[in-house]
Amino acid sequence: MSTTTADLDADSRSAISKLWHNREARSVILQILTMALLIGFFAFIISNAVSNLAAVGKTFSYDFLGEPASYDINQTLIDYTSRDTHLRAGLVGLLNTGLVAICGVILATILGFILGIFRLSPNYLLNRISYAFVEFTRNVPVLLHILLIHGIVVHSLPHPKIAKDDFNIGDMFFLSNRGVYAPKPIMEDLFWFVIIAFFIGIAFTLWFRKYARKVQDATGKIYPVFWIGMAAIFGFPVIVYLVTGTPLTWDAPVFGRFNFQGGMVILPEFMALWLALSLYTAAFIAEIVRAGILSVSHGQWEAAAALGIRRGRILNLVIIPQALRVIVPPLTSQYLNLTKNSSLAIAIGYMDIVATLGGISLMQTGKEMETMLLVIAVYLSISLLISAFMNWYNQRIKLVER
Amino acid sequence: MSDTVQNYVPGEYPDQPPPIGQRGIMLWLKTNLFSSWINTLMTLFSIYLLYLIVPPLLNWTVFDAVINATSRAECREIDTGACWAFIANRINILTYGFYPDESQWRVNLSFVLLIAALVPVLFDNVPFRKFGLIYAVAYPFIAGWLLLGGLGLEPVGTDEFGGMMLNTIVGVTGITFSLPLGIALALGRQSHLPIVRTVSICFIEFIRGVPLITLLFVASTMLNYFLPPGTTFDLLLRVLIMVTLFASGYIAEVVRGGLQSIPNGQYEAANSMGLKYWQSMRLVILPQALKVSIPGIVNTFIGLFKDTTLVLIIGLLDVLGIGRSSLADTKWNGLSNEVYISIAIFFFIACFGMSRYSIYLEGKLEKGHKR
Repeated sequence: MSTTTADLDADSRSAISKLWHNREARSVILQILTMALLIGFFAFIISNAVSNLAAVGKTFSYDFLGEPASYDINQTLIDYTSRDTHLRAGLVGLLNTGLVAICGVILATILGFILGIFRLSPNYLLNRISYAFVEFTRNVPVLLHILLIHGIVVHSLPHPKIAKDDFNIGDMFFLSNRGVYAPKPIMEDLFWFVIIAFFIGIAFTLWFRKYARKVQDATGKIYPVFWIGMAAIFGFPVIVYLVTGTPLTWDAPVFGRFNFQGGMVILPEFMALWLALSLYTAAFIAEIVRAGILSVSHGQWEAAAALGIRRGRILNLVIIPQALRVIVPPLTSQYLNLTKNSSLAIAIGYMDIVATLGGISLMQTGKEMETMLLVIAVYLSISLLISAFMNWYNQRIKLVER
Repeated sequence: MSDTVQNYVPGEYPDQPPPIGQRGIMLWLKTNLFSSWINTLMTLFSIYLLYLIVPPLLNWTVFDAVINATSRAECREIDTGACWAFIANRINILTYGFYPDESQWRVNLSFVLLIAALVPVLFDNVPFRKFGLIYAVAYPFIAGWLLLGGLGLEPVGTDEFGGMMLNTIVGVTGITFSLPLGIALALGRQSHLPIVRTVSICFIEFIRGVPLITLLFVASTMLNYFLPPGTTFDLLLRVLIMVTLFASGYIAEVVRGGLQSIPNGQYEAANSMGLKYWQSMRLVILPQALKVSIPGIVNTFIGLFKDTTLVLIIGLLDVLGIGRSSLADTKWNGLSNEVYISIAIFFFIACFGMSRYSIYLEGKLEKGHKR
């Protein structure tokens, strides 16, 4: 009797250990275990969430998005009043996030490239100034930059009463602690022609670039693509603007009793966030640009020069295309970081999506779970979109190896 | 006449110094500042820039600054520059938060012990490094005991933690625990098991796709819903968990880069030696991969340390949070620049130090690869 059980034991043990030592079987077992753990974990937290929500008498639903938000937003790109819905408030916030991210990316790229090139300059002073700026900026938290610049704007710029005389640039721009006041463009109907002309200019330039390349490949003749492109993109709209009878007027801000009336205001919150994010990201971009340009070996310069190519054209045709290959991937992640860092807006009261949907809407409706999931989903899709675009671009400029 | 004219034997004529423009300071100036007209223009531009920035900055921070005063009004009476008296007045709370005064020696002691634990980890040429490493592993527990109290020490609640001490605690904890987690995630992402790989990829991409601030919001508002009813979690602990998870996503990507830089032959060699998966990882692959990724890991840590300031948004009073809330004091109203610049200097010293260390390591590793 006892011997048979022992045999059975030994048999089953060896069967399990055989299974365990089989590579394929083990990998299946491990994966099933992982899956089971994962499902168990999610089941556990979801059941907890359900019972916890039930205990405090809440339900999981997105119905609140259709209810009136009943709070004001100080910067709106689309029409919004406090009677509009939470969904629209979230949309206003999302557009504000987009605005600061796009403005930030543009300024950060320009500043970053300038700083990176200064950092490579043979001029000792310029080089050191750029180095000091880059090191100081990137070793200080971005939140601190935002608060510092916001503090400087709010505390150091004067009240509008003083700004109307002392910080007045040609009666058009006023720098005050309530923001920068600037003339607001008012478009007449004919101005649409100018906008259309601008896009036609861009399309023409893209086509002309392709055409010029084809001509160059076939005959060796080089067209001044840059200047013709500039003329098409900027000159053509200006001509259209003049022909249609200057259909654009400016509404300049005028000082009323307590504050400026009319015009367009750039809020101190936006300025602080924009400048801080741009400066912080520019410091990182400067290092990326420097590394990218240094990565192109000196032999490339010499080889191009030996072929008798001019300096400007060497940069354009030989150096920059190779440097871009090194620069683009980390540049993408800096753009992503800038977009994600824009969520720090909430610290100074700039109404981005975290401050509207994840802030005030959350407080008013008590829907923590729904709002936070929505905010997370929005950021995830922005990130995935940017990285998908950049992957496509990267693929396009990648070195084609045979 | 005879002493002015000297005749030399050919070949014994004494060496003459190079012309004045070809040596010393003049040569340096010429090559570095005035080599061409564009370079000269840039030099003039730089000098103008420095002239615009440096004198006012020095005046504000040093020459016109006030160190001894009891209020902002008094500061302004004495001089026009920075009112550092405010910082001197608040330095205790900026450093220790609301930690009880009589127990602050415990914070100081754990900081000193932290440095003692870091030295054997960071430098490999210190004596008794092996014991130092064992001590470094034990350090988090010693520090936890010292800071939280209990077992003979007065207990201190985590709500009394604050200031630079809080930043250091969040930073060091995040760094310590995110490294093993990040390595595990990187191995998971490289795994041959499709489910393990998918789970790792989803986790890493999720973490890297959302801002830390939303994760902290989740920790402060949502996390309690996901726990069994009735359990409550310390807010600091929730933040620590989130920060660790966040950093591990980034570490995982850095380590993956290291793993991918290891040639396939190394994996094959380890396999042909009969090493199991974990053995080959532990003995062959990871030592090489981690070495390559150390600079990236240090950069992640710098980012993590800077990100510890974000906890102020969910109401923990780190150094920036305390600095910001102390601005509301009517006696010291409007001194935001002083507060923020002092905190910026603190972060600059810490992060610049770390980045210098990373450069030192890079140099050392490069030497290891040169023959």
